[in-house]
Amino acid sequence: MNVSRRKLLVLLPAAAVAWEHVLAGTPENSPNYKETEHWWGMLLDITKCIGCGSCVRACQLENHVPDGYFRTWVERYVVRDWGFEHISVDSPEGGKNGFPAVTGEMGKSFFVPKMCNQCADSPCTQVCPVGATFVSPDGVVLVDKKYCLGCRYCIQACPYGCRFLNPDTNTAEKCSLCYHRITKGLTTACCESCPTGARQLADLKNPADPVHEFLKTHSVQVLKPHLATGAKAFYNGLDGSVR
Amino acid sequence: MPFDGFMYPNEVELQWSVLIVLYPFLTGLVAGAFILASLERVFLVEAVKPTYRLALLTALAFLLVSPLPLQLHLGHPERSLEMYLTPHRSSAMAMFGFVYLWYLMAVLVVEIWLDYRKDIVLMMQSSTGLKKWIYGVMTLGSKNISEHALKVDSRVGWAITLIGIPSAFLLHGYVGFIFGSVKANPWWSSPLMPVVFIFSAMVSGIAAVMLLYMFVTKYRGKEIDMRCVDTIARYLLYTFVIDFSLEMLDLVHRIYEADESFRSLDFMVHTRLYLSQVVIQIIAGTVIPILLLALTQVLPLNAIVRKRIYALSGALTLMGIFAMRWNVVIGGQLFSKSFLGYTTYKMGFVAREGLLTAIFLTLLPLGILWVLVKLLPPWSEKDAAAIPSSLSGQQAD
Amino acid sequence: MSAFKDTGHLVRLAMAFVVGTLLFFVARGFLVPKSFGQYGHYRGAALGEIAAQPISYGGHEVCETCHSDILDVKKAGRHAHVACESCHGPQAKHTEDPGSVVPAKLDTAVLCVRCHEANHSKPMDFPQVHSAEHSSGLKCDTCHQPHTPRIEAKGKK
Repeated sequence: MNVSRRKLLVLLPAAAVAWEHVLAGTPENSPNYKETEHWWGMLLDITKCIGCGSCVRACQLENHVPDGYFRTWVERYVVRDWGFEHISVDSPEGGKNGFPAVTGEMGKSFFVPKMCNQCADSPCTQVCPVGATFVSPDGVVLVDKKYCLGCRYCIQACPYGCRFLNPDTNTAEKCSLCYHRITKGLTTACCESCPTGARQLADLKNPADPVHEFLKTHSVQVLKPHLATGAKAFYNGLDGSVR
Repeated sequence: MPFDGFMYPNEVELQWSVLIVLYPFLTGLVAGAFILASLERVFLVEAVKPTYRLALLTALAFLLVSPLPLQLHLGHPERSLEMYLTPHRSSAMAMFGFVYLWYLMAVLVVEIWLDYRKDIVLMMQSSTGLKKWIYGVMTLGSKNISEHALKVDSRVGWAITLIGIPSAFLLHGYVGFIFGSVKANPWWSSPLMPVVFIFSAMVSGIAAVMLLYMFVTKYRGKEIDMRCVDTIARYLLYTFVIDFSLEMLDLVHRIYEADESFRSLDFMVHTRLYLSQVVIQIIAGTVIPILLLALTQVLPLNAIVRKRIYALSGALTLMGIFAMRWNVVIGGQLFSKSFLGYTTYKMGFVAREGLLTAIFLTLLPLGILWVLVKLLPPWSEKDAAAIPSSLSGQQAD
Repeated sequence: MSAFKDTGHLVRLAMAFVVGTLLFFVARGFLVPKSFGQYGHYRGAALGEIAAQPISYGGHEVCETCHSDILDVKKAGRHAHVACESCHGPQAKHTEDPGSVVPAKLDTAVLCVRCHEANHSKPMDFPQVHSAEHSSGLKCDTCHQPHTPRIEAKGKK
């Protein structure tokens, strides 16, 4: 190819601009998605969860989660006495294939889905030494797996046990609130597959979101409120025994 | 099942291995050795002068090896430069990278250089080949070892040591803060953590230098300066008493307040952590050395008995402080954050983060120290002649 | 001032530090990713990379485009709020190429009991049965139509 000097004078600066653009990166969300218009959270309704494990399976399929690790899981509580001291908790394979029937003396029993609480004052983000995990402008705590060192400090700092080290990428990983879906107007994989509506994605900046009304009219809680993490996973009907 | 009770599914596997236990142990030795060196330089405790240079070289040897356990632990060690390129200012780990760099370059290396400069120039002039080149580089091209130049060096060195003391505290206090600031983990989260780490670092560093001095002196066929080791042992005892008091304070406070984590942690200490915490760390690693050292202060014991007690106490101390790091790092991961279960640590042997690697990384600094001692001898024959062996023996009795 | 005499070696040391620091900042200019700091202390490009991950679940809205007849039946029944992929699994590939990617036939003996097997831990108001007693070993779709599972009159399909 014969490129004349004149052509080069035009092409080179253009290439330089294009290269800058490539380096800076352009988000490929749906064209109308503006991060600042959203503030994501999740509503988890204990009164509706049936422990079927659909969410755990769906999350694993959607996000290619390796076996033995969990971006979301379901716990079953059995509170045998009046106090919160005598409780049994189990989560066989994270509840992926449901739960076997409980035998013996029964008290109250219920299922609690767990996931990343998408904390607004995220302790895991605070400790990341390089900025590989962060809170996005729309309130989702994400991991940049191209930048993560795998030091595991964030995993230590999470009070909820929702992080793990992916053995395939050697980087930290956790629930991303299906960021690749919610930025396209879809809901998360777990919410999509939940048959009872126990899990509902919430956009706390959208006044039309039905969860807004729900939060105003029901008693909701977050996990470990004394740690002031600004958790945005709200639980309806959460018993005091839940850890 | 690999665990008892209930653990969050992602918690069953431990995140930080024996290499992360080794890291605070090594940096602790650095800080402690440096504090001992500064005793002579800044606080003019002349008795410990024979250990001054050895303490500095020990600190350097261990500081050079310290990043290795971290590199071997990282999922992506090739990205570790990111900590210097884009450090996250709210992260204690990131800021520690700079504290480490500051301490290595601006404090330790400069202090060693200033103290050894005259010897370096002389050795450059008297050696040949590769050694001559190495010394030549170390002179930075300056051959000025006049009386005045050395006086300037001494002044600047004193200032560096002065800055070095809080720097050494910062070095290991930061490591303590890396754990102490994690609110998710009640075994770690405590304002006492940095203080406990600093004092246990001093204890381990002082014990290490004392042992090395005794060993190297014997190896060189010289007489151990009893006034020196007696003084070091005394400082070891004082520091140990403070360290032990702090750890007991933490324990008593936990038992008294008995918050939601207490029952779970208490059970862990009585079962999974019993051997390493109660037997190795507290009894064998702290109480017995303190009692032994206290004996040397209240009873008139002869030099041979004292040397034996110092050697035994020193060894037990190092074992105890290593156990302390183990109990903090591993102990903090054995219990579930739900306070309902416990897991086990499966330490590999011939693995990237296994026991063999840990042993190698513990011995490597000793190898580096050997090289440093050969390159920058802490003692000249002149020094040894100044304390005739017969005289030092009599002084002890 | 005589105090500055014989300090040549210290000046060299200081220069070494200054040069080292300058080199570090120059290297930093090349090594730090361009989009770092765009939105906060992280690589701005990461947002786009994460959002670009391919999806596996198409979402129930897409199903309506072709399967509106089934959806009309489902909307009137007890499974109205159960998403299609909740039972049929991730079908994004099917929505992209409906002809060649055909969803597998589901085995109701396995599928239905996942939700409806009686378990004390499930909410009391949730329909659940002891499957062994309930159907004497028959598969669930012998009597129930999954898209509208309530049995109004005997034999209705």
